[in-house]
Amino acid sequence: MGNILEVKELKKNFKNFSLKDISFSLPKGYIMGFIGPNGAGKSTTIKLIMNLLKKDGGQIKVFGKDHIQYEREIKNHIGFVYDENHFYEELTLHEMKNIIAPFYKTWDENMFDKYMKFFQLPLNKKIKELSKGMKMKFSLAIALSHNAKLLIMDEPTSGLDPIIRSELLDILQDIIQDGEKSVFFSTHITSDLEKIADYITFIYDGEIILSTTKDDILDNYCVVKGGLDLLDKDTQKAFVGIRKNNYGFEGLVDSREKAQKLFKENVVIEKPSLEDIMLYIVRGNQYA
Amino acid sequence: MKIIISNSSSEPIYQQIVYQLKEQILKGKLKAGDALPSIRSLAKELQVSVITTKRAYEELEREGFIQTVQGKGSFIAAHNREMLREKKFSIVEEKLTEAVLAAKSLELTWDELIEILRQLYEKEA
Repeated sequence: MGNILEVKELKKNFKNFSLKDISFSLPKGYIMGFIGPNGAGKSTTIKLIMNLLKKDGGQIKVFGKDHIQYEREIKNHIGFVYDENHFYEELTLHEMKNIIAPFYKTWDENMFDKYMKFFQLPLNKKIKELSKGMKMKFSLAIALSHNAKLLIMDEPTSGLDPIIRSELLDILQDIIQDGEKSVFFSTHITSDLEKIADYITFIYDGEIILSTTKDDILDNYCVVKGGLDLLDKDTQKAFVGIRKNNYGFEGLVDSREKAQKLFKENVVIEKPSLEDIMLYIVRGNQYA
Repeated sequence: MKIIISNSSSEPIYQQIVYQLKEQILKGKLKAGDALPSIRSLAKELQVSVITTKRAYEELEREGFIQTVQGKGSFIAAHNREMLREKKFSIVEEKLTEAVLAAKSLELTWDELIEILRQLYEKEA
């Protein structure tokens, strides 16, 4: 099984922030969610993959090829959807498409028509007249109309209502049906999108905290809730992050087995959400 | 074929799929040779990850409930009656163990428990 995207020891230094040797890879035919709080380095990583920023070290391979050496070839097969609107507001969708299409060797007009109909987008409307959801769909239609094998989306769901987010789930799962394409998306809200993510890469403060299958994460991590009397120096070490209140505690443990052994029947052990995991890891790091 | 996924259950999603498919096979609702959807289309239908459905199929295959033929897809495997009976028997054991544990936590006596069981057995007959 080949990797569609491979990031190895990627470095980037800014004045107040740096990406510290981050590594992860996404196999062909799967969806990866790239999650982390605001300012963790998600957009920087995506910009580096797209070569919109210059890296300070490390390696990025897309379709098995170096992303700078083969930039043109690679970009023909990447569908890129940004958070911010990058179209000319005054143009109609039709005019905007005519500007973009020639950039792609693999542009497929039939495919574009199909998606415009499917998304019910009005060709003759101006871009500024579109709702946020429609703009995202237009970005997607463009991204999907040149036979992209890798779809990269930076915060695609921010500001979208639940109905459009749910439509997006269907669209993304459609895309990976043939097992040949992959989807990589970043998000700071752990939304319904993660339902369909096969892999989760969690970045925090420029470092990769986790990068594995979502099932692995959700099977192993657990939220433990119990009385304060159970906490002492030793038991507290078991937690990735913990929150105490006057009546008890809630914390994240990275192994269900470990939690069961340590606390037996004295606590409530629950299945965590990705949001819980993100929250406790960040909290654990802040108070460490 | 019917699969209902609960997101609030503490049971992993792949296990929910495995359990529900097994039950339908054991009850004869899914028969030997019946075709199953591909892991990708099942994932899309249920809005779960492909890795989850893949894992469910792998588990069912390991236990001999389904077979996957390269390029053709997955099918319900042919079972002999003995094996099915054995599987069903182990389900009975598993469920009864749960019932016994619950009864013990309520401090029910053996006679009380057997009485409940008798009533339930007769009601279903």
